[in-house]
Amino acid sequence: MDFWSFIGIWVAAFLTLSIYSVLYRDNPFYRFAEHLFVGVSVGYGIVLSIYQGLVPFALKPLWETVETGAPEGFIKLIPICIGLLFFARLSPRHTWLIRYPIAILIGFGSGIAIPNVLRANIFEQTRGTIAPFAEIAAGTLSGWGIFEAVLMVVGVICTLTYFFFAVEHRGPVKWLSKVGIAFLMIGFGSAFGNTVMGRVALLIQRVDFLLNDWIASIRALF
Amino acid sequence: MDRRFVFILVALAVIIPMLLSINLPVSVSEPTQKFYDYVEALPAGSTIMIAFDYGPSSLAELNPMAKALLKQCFDRDIRVIAITLIVDAPTLASAVIQEVATEKGAVEGEDYVFLGYRPGQVQVMLGMGTDIASVYDTDYNGTAIGEIPMMQNITNYDQIDLLVDFASSDTVESWIIYANVRYNQRIAAGVTGVIIAQMFPYLQTGQLVGLLSGILGAAEYENLVGAPAKGMQWINVESFVHLLIVGLVIIGNITYFIHRAREE
Repeated sequence: MDFWSFIGIWVAAFLTLSIYSVLYRDNPFYRFAEHLFVGVSVGYGIVLSIYQGLVPFALKPLWETVETGAPEGFIKLIPICIGLLFFARLSPRHTWLIRYPIAILIGFGSGIAIPNVLRANIFEQTRGTIAPFAEIAAGTLSGWGIFEAVLMVVGVICTLTYFFFAVEHRGPVKWLSKVGIAFLMIGFGSAFGNTVMGRVALLIQRVDFLLNDWIASIRALF
Repeated sequence: MDRRFVFILVALAVIIPMLLSINLPVSVSEPTQKFYDYVEALPAGSTIMIAFDYGPSSLAELNPMAKALLKQCFDRDIRVIAITLIVDAPTLASAVIQEVATEKGAVEGEDYVFLGYRPGQVQVMLGMGTDIASVYDTDYNGTAIGEIPMMQNITNYDQIDLLVDFASSDTVESWIIYANVRYNQRIAAGVTGVIIAQMFPYLQTGQLVGLLSGILGAAEYENLVGAPAKGMQWINVESFVHLLIVGLVIIGNITYFIHRAREE
């Protein structure tokens, strides 16, 4: 084990134990590790965004345009200038200029997202819900498959009924929405169970690190 | 009861099985099998794009599945283009790829390439649909994309046989919305337990060809690939913690009903 790996393991072990020390009670070690994590994350993010975003997409094209003087290169100046308008926020007199990049971003975002989101999340999901009935009609779906298809349609209709507030929830509508709540609860239960699995996995990974890497580094000392 | 008592129990439920190295059988779920079968059906020389869209806080669940998939790809001569849309992922992704590539003897630039991070999630996804080089003019090491041998015949999604997103946030939905819907790119995903419930509708409609769910998905995939590693080791430990949590939930409910009955 080389020197820097050894140091890295001990720093990671110290920070891991500092973070978990909050389970006993709040303490300076926990707060130090928490603030260090936030600071390092933000600093790392800023540096990477500059070198992987600003430099290749703005500064490099700008420099190449200036160097070569090619007329087509100046087209790249338009998005760069629009992006720079975000900094107009810093000047009270010119704050209004920020509306242009925001308007372009919202326009682009909505234009590109709405048709694709509709297709991915509404049309495809609707098709997926009713498509098994074509297989039922063709007689190609097993008994269990038929049960699943019917259950899914019942779940979709009942859950949507729960969120339908244009009519009062009385009589059949009330019962449909109650069944919808049951489906929602099952969904939330599944999400909670999976969340527990994820959180426990994080703990296991850190314990694995402490028991294997850290203990091995202690053994390496002797 | 002091909640710190629960913390101690959970710690013991993790440490004891880990020290005893208990092995429980791992069965394979249908979404994982679909994922594996799709990759297995790809001919040698195919290209997979892997998006490492997770940070250090999710590596416990996603690193094992990423490693298992990389092993399968390198074993079957499937070329890998790796990218990331998450700012704190490049170092992590690079380390994972290097580790598996060294183990399998994969050659950088010929068997795999890591293009790194670019900001602007949607713009990157859309840009690669037209021309990957317009978004990534160099790889992570700064080598011009035109000088990388395996990128010579790859222009956009048309030459990518499968896109795999290892994700801890909403990037899978974005890939589906922009790469699948707009460019008909086939997509599979490996996600953290926290977001798995959101992904199943996409699997049912075929918008995802396969799905790995958290540490369980990682263990199942390692089992299928025949390379047991951390995923299979950790899912055994996880099972003991789940048993403890179920027990605590039952005890908590019994205690609650006893207290309520006494109060009434």
